[in-house]
Amino acid sequence: MDDIFNNLDSFVDGFSWTIRLTLVSAAFAFAIGVLLTAMRVSPVPLLRASATVYVETIRNTPLTLVLLFCGLGLGNTMQLQFSDRVEWDVFWLAVVGLSAYTACFVAESLRAGINTIPFGQAEAARSLGLTFGQNLRLIVLPQALRTVIGPLGSVFIALTKNTTVASVAGLGVQEASREMRLLFDQGQTDVLVVFIGFAIGFIILTLPVGYFFGWLSKRLAVAR
Amino acid sequence: MNLLQQSQASVLFDAPGPKARARYTVYSVITIAALIALLAWVVIQFDRRGDQWAAEKWTPFLQPETWTAFILPGMANTLGAAAVATVFALVFGVIFGIGRLSDHAWVRVPAGMVVEFFRAIPLLMLIFFTMAIGGPLGQALTFVFAVPFRIVVDPFTAVVIGLTLYNGSVLAEIFRAGINAVPKGQSEAAYSLGMRKSQVMRLVLLPQAVTTMMPAIIMQLVVLLKDSALGYIVAFPEMLRAFTLIATGEQNVIPAAMVCAVIYIAINLSLTRLAIWLERRNARRGRATAHVGAAPGVDAAVAAVPAASVPTPSVQPDDTPEPVDRDGTDPAGPDAPGGGRPAG
Repeated sequence: MDDIFNNLDSFVDGFSWTIRLTLVSAAFAFAIGVLLTAMRVSPVPLLRASATVYVETIRNTPLTLVLLFCGLGLGNTMQLQFSDRVEWDVFWLAVVGLSAYTACFVAESLRAGINTIPFGQAEAARSLGLTFGQNLRLIVLPQALRTVIGPLGSVFIALTKNTTVASVAGLGVQEASREMRLLFDQGQTDVLVVFIGFAIGFIILTLPVGYFFGWLSKRLAVAR
Repeated sequence: MNLLQQSQASVLFDAPGPKARARYTVYSVITIAALIALLAWVVIQFDRRGDQWAAEKWTPFLQPETWTAFILPGMANTLGAAAVATVFALVFGVIFGIGRLSDHAWVRVPAGMVVEFFRAIPLLMLIFFTMAIGGPLGQALTFVFAVPFRIVVDPFTAVVIGLTLYNGSVLAEIFRAGINAVPKGQSEAAYSLGMRKSQVMRLVLLPQAVTTMMPAIIMQLVVLLKDSALGYIVAFPEMLRAFTLIATGEQNVIPAAMVCAVIYIAINLSLTRLAIWLERRNARRGRATAHVGAAPGVDAAVAAVPAASVPTPSVQPDDTPEPVDRDGTDPAGPDAPGGGRPAG
């Protein structure tokens, strides 16, 4: 246990970056995901097609490649700079990659949610004279969101775990897995104890989130 | 009975009249303009910073040496690691999926804990740990057996072990959901014929569960293949690493990333098509085609999403949130021999 308490600094520091990456990327991913979903059901064929191409492309690319592209491509080659401080610069580059990647899964879940809405709902909305935008905003999306809270929770948990990939070369965000690897490389600590410590950290992060989303999805379930 | 499938373009909005058509045309033009602007910006940026569109940045991918020296060996390593991990993960999944359904608590509880643990922690951490544990493990064995042990875990082993444990755990949940979705009458009939528990599982439940879950299993293999790219981080010479080697040599990060992405997308899309085809075939044959997304306890991040991505009009029963349960109770399929009641 001493190995954990002596290295509490790197533990706390690592997980603080993990949490920051998760929350900021989740917010962007959700926004982009809703936008992509709206595009995919929109009346304009071109919008539908471009959203589909985006989702299929990013979804089938490994996250490591996406983040590597952010680090080496956007960061080094294109010299995109978000902040003067290196750690925040790579943080935002990682957020770009993680949001772009996770948004696809948000969009796919939401589309599955729209699939579950009974035909009559949108028909009734249309017969009341709602436009596409109103229909989507007031009738379809709220119900779809409530249906897919469970899957969205899983996407959020997957995002939490995926933040570990932000330690990839060219980015090197000091998140938890990188801190763990640094402790391993120093060789001063018991590998098993440190691993269990960081694993428990991730379980603490993901388990309550899972229960919370489960509770929320039951509470907000659409009664049909 | 759902929006997207009933009629793709006419539920959320009316059939466009002349005014709406004009409006949509305007929107299309705006979209095209925006896309072109975005594309132009990207092209100009890539051109300005590092001259990424220059012909000499792309010609390496036309030379056979690049492929024989870098890409093909990398691809072989990626596919090899994925193939080995797939075999192990399937075995792991079957064992722990059945273990979680055991009647004995001393099997069920530990199996459940193992599965939940490996699903809860990031795969990358598992790979780091596997690489780091070799030394201490060797020391411990030296201490116990008083014979010098020296264990060095190479990146390939670490990647395969990590992929096996994580994807095996997810597959365990998929198998469990599939076995649970087999209609109760199936196992009851098997027991009444005098089969043992192991026989019922091996001859009746598991084959049906595997058929039902085949699309979900294949989608998980896509995840596994994608995750094998994590090997890049621990210096496993797989495809992504091959491309970064080219990129450092030729200073062509953007072209290399694009070619690499195209290869991954081609492989993954063909696997996805296979899953869709199997799903449709199952549906045609009247079998329950379960999406594990709605099955209790399955990691929907990996499971629900493939289900959602499969737009199979009118054959795919995904208009309820619980397709597994609903389909599972319908034994009336043409080739579900146990479903019919014995006459007389």
